[in-house]
Amino acid sequence: MAERPEDLNLPNAVITRIIKEALPDGVNISKEARSAISRAASVFVLYATSCANNFAMKGKRKTLNAGDVLSAMEEMEFQRFVAPLKESLEVYRREQKGKKEARKDKDKKADSEEQDKSREEENDDDDERMEEEEPNEEEEVDN
Amino acid sequence: MAARLSGGENRLVSLPLSRIRVIMKSSPEVSSINQDALFLTAKATELFVQYLATYSYKHGRGKEKSALTYSDLSHTAEECETFQFLADILPKKILASKYLKMLEKEKRDGAVGGDDEDEEEEDDDEDESVEEDVGS
Repeated sequence: MAERPEDLNLPNAVITRIIKEALPDGVNISKEARSAISRAASVFVLYATSCANNFAMKGKRKTLNAGDVLSAMEEMEFQRFVAPLKESLEVYRREQKGKKEARKDKDKKADSEEQDKSREEENDDDDERMEEEEPNEEEEVDN
Repeated sequence: MAARLSGGENRLVSLPLSRIRVIMKSSPEVSSINQDALFLTAKATELFVQYLATYSYKHGRGKEKSALTYSDLSHTAEECETFQFLADILPKKILASKYLKMLEKEKRDGAVGGDDEDEEEEDDDEDESVEEDVGS
């Protein structure tokens, strides 16, 4: 694993909230424990990505897709995640589709204005604020 | 609005997708990531955080004090096979004095203690017994 610049960390506030909601009320979480879980989460992302990428390569694809991630979860012995992930994915896809429709309507009204093309998400703020999911219509393509 | 599939928030996923993407892209072999895959990774990470926290709390000794401590987590990394990939980043901790004694003993026994990394933890609000990291 590379060094740990700030970018590879996840926002403290969000991590803390997820932990607090998972544990019974009134349980204290030491700062050290919280920081450790945050690091662990970053490592998890890297591990999952690497694993998913292996599946993509096996399928001779250059783009990681949903199936690769789900296969990675099984491989990593997190099968328990697969069902809830599939459920969430369905909701997410419906949401994205809904957003697309809404944008199409808006575009019709707004008179041919180029709003969102498929753009990289580089502009997103990287500080610890929570943010909405990005409405990306297409696959991300690396330049 | 989005259905609440994980407790607490009204949104579908709390972790920022852009940050998750940055981490994923730091992996050299990865060229591009489909939006669904990005979402799933973020969601899986949330599930992971929940699982790690609850598992460690349930199986750790912090439970007696109604707290989740670092040692609960490192205990999990060491004992539970599923979390063993975390063992290197969640090493067990021992008293500095014990560690020094270990080093002396190794010297006496002729073994060379080569790979000791003396990293100080920045936030050290655990009980005073925690001083040095020791790679297990």
